[in-house]
Amino acid sequence: MGVGGAPGVYGDAADVAAALMLLLEFGLLRQALIRDQVRLYAAQSALISVLAIVIAADRNLPELYALAGLSAALKVVAVPWVVRRLLLRPRAPGWRAGEEAPGVAGSYTLNVASAVLASIALAAFGFFSFGSFHVSASTAPVTALALAGAMVFVAFGLMIVRRDVASQAIGFFSLENAISLAALVLAAGMPLILETAFLFDLLVAVVVFGMLIRAHHAKAESMSTADLTRLRG
Amino acid sequence: MLLAILIVPFAAAVACGLAPSPRRVAPAVTVVSGIASLGLVMALVPGTVRAGGQAEFGYLKADAISLVFLLATAFLYAALAVYSVGYLRHGHGDRYLRRFHAGFNLFAWSMLAAPLMSSLALLWIAVEVTTIVSALLVALEAGPAKGSEGGEAGPAEGGAAEGGAAEGGAAEGGASAAEAAWKYVLIASAGLGLALLGTIFAYYAGSRVLSGHFDLSVAPLIAAGPRLPHAPVMLAFVLATLGYGTKVGLFPVHTWLPDAHSEAPAPVSALLSGALLATSFYAILRFYQITATSVGSAFPRDVLLAFGVASLLLAALYVFGQRDVKRLLAYSSIEHMGICAIAVGFGAPIALAGMLLHVLAHAAAKGNAFMGAGVLTVKYGTKRIGGIRGGLRALPWSGPLFGFAVFALSAMPPSGIFRSEFQIVAGGLASGSYAVAAALVAGVTLAFFALSTEATGMLLARPARSLSAAAREPADPGEPSAWMVVPVVAGTVALVVLGLHPPGELTDLIARAVTELGGTR
Repeated sequence: MGVGGAPGVYGDAADVAAALMLLLEFGLLRQALIRDQVRLYAAQSALISVLAIVIAADRNLPELYALAGLSAALKVVAVPWVVRRLLLRPRAPGWRAGEEAPGVAGSYTLNVASAVLASIALAAFGFFSFGSFHVSASTAPVTALALAGAMVFVAFGLMIVRRDVASQAIGFFSLENAISLAALVLAAGMPLILETAFLFDLLVAVVVFGMLIRAHHAKAESMSTADLTRLRG
Repeated sequence: MLLAILIVPFAAAVACGLAPSPRRVAPAVTVVSGIASLGLVMALVPGTVRAGGQAEFGYLKADAISLVFLLATAFLYAALAVYSVGYLRHGHGDRYLRRFHAGFNLFAWSMLAAPLMSSLALLWIAVEVTTIVSALLVALEAGPAKGSEGGEAGPAEGGAAEGGAAEGGAAEGGASAAEAAWKYVLIASAGLGLALLGTIFAYYAGSRVLSGHFDLSVAPLIAAGPRLPHAPVMLAFVLATLGYGTKVGLFPVHTWLPDAHSEAPAPVSALLSGALLATSFYAILRFYQITATSVGSAFPRDVLLAFGVASLLLAALYVFGQRDVKRLLAYSSIEHMGICAIAVGFGAPIALAGMLLHVLAHAAAKGNAFMGAGVLTVKYGTKRIGGIRGGLRALPWSGPLFGFAVFALSAMPPSGIFRSEFQIVAGGLASGSYAVAAALVAGVTLAFFALSTEATGMLLARPARSLSAAAREPADPGEPSAWMVVPVVAGTVALVVLGLHPPGELTDLIARAVTELGGTR
């Protein structure tokens, strides 16, 4: 690990965290229950915060501690809470109170094996293309950046192969995680105020996604997007 | 002054959200805020042209480029605020009015904020806010499902019966709006995710050479341009073009655009098309500035040319065979954004000046066209082109004005778009891109055919006997509301002025903006 990048604790930690996040991304891809998807997303977000703490300690950037805490509060606690609240305990017509939301297991456009294979190909493409950009420097571990690139591609793949609004939304949130990873690796010194603004922006986006998902569910009485074919041409 | 531009619409949004009786208060607040914003923006022009060329306040900064885009947005904001008074007069509940006006002001606020941001990161945040707010506005027609249910079903159905914008009953319109909003927010957010990645690469590039508290401000990045490492800058530009291009409506990431434009309420469609697309294009221009000073202008110009030509040609073909008047106009927006991208791709100063003029003229023309389409849909109770016949006789004012707007969009001479497209083509020939210039002319001509055929059909053709009752000519000729005519007249005047003799200060402003874009080389 740490090929061509920063040696030592930081580089290795970044690589390990990135690899774990990519694994979780694949978990998201094939997870059948919204509740489990939300858990995986929270785990992925927790890894981001851990990585931020490691970087803060290694490179003596105290404001990254604050960022790690904020990021954890928002992405590990607040966002999953909002998603659960909006999706799993809905009071929208069509759902009975207290009932588990419909699963999203059967929402593949491809079968599961093909979807995973296609995503592996996407991940490989992302990994090697981002790895070949030569944006490395003494501060940026190349492997972690390439893994972030792979995650971006798999997140897009997730949004494409799953035909239900919940998976697509989670796919978008994990895309944001991938970008956060790239930001940590490339731009750790970014001013805290900007990072904070990004995070609150995400929170607002989550609420809006949730509202639209509920609107969709009330109209279509399912999570599926297969019938979103009214507008074309 | 800069701060006031941000405070006024935001305060208006809050006031509309909290107003005890939105029916009486909200429209007035919106109109006042719209006109005040336009006044504030126009007051910035002389200072920018004369003195140091920019106004600064903390994180806010307006130079000539920002000001051109601010003018387009503020003009539409003011015109549409007036228009909305008439558009929403009938058949909408208090809850709908409150949400519409609060969202409308907030949307305008976010679009006025974007060009004022001094840093790429803040710019990204502003553009993301525009997405979120406008997605909620698109979903507005989805009605009761959003938030707590009940309370709105009655008025929404009443709107359809009274000739509201909903096509086949409120329920079906609601489902389409929910679908459009979902596609819009997902596609645009994913696109902006890429733009954020581009922003991060720009930060990385900047942090290599600029030390200390570097906050992604545009000016130091441009100043340090030649020293920036090339690979990340190029990567940032491509990601930003693709990402913000999603919101501009560049092919192949335009797919949300016709849906959102056709399902939103007409004033929102006009704001989406005339102002939001331009605001996103502004973001690309900032990345263009940085990239051009760093790796030279050839690379970013080639990228924009490719996107622009593809968008223009595809949109020109899609304009044919559209059956929904607002989708027709939406594809025309993609075409015009393609033209803007091509203009920057040409790189000649006259093409850049044409592009900036095009942004203004397109805002006025497309605003007018969507406002006219809004009147037609209210009058005929349908968005189907086949259902709208004889508009010229039924609507003594809006009919001809809509016709003029469509011909203006097709770049007919007295309008500002003729002047801007003429400059762009001239710039293309000057820079030696003969093939692209020819493709530009061909695409524009194709779109002209399609647009003018459909528009003359809607305005002049007699209603067919076989059509359903709803599609026949309404019994009483006459305008639904004078509020919906006045802003279109203002837009028409603006278009003609831009076409015949743009005011001297505007010309100076554009000339300065061209210099900032590096068009003098």
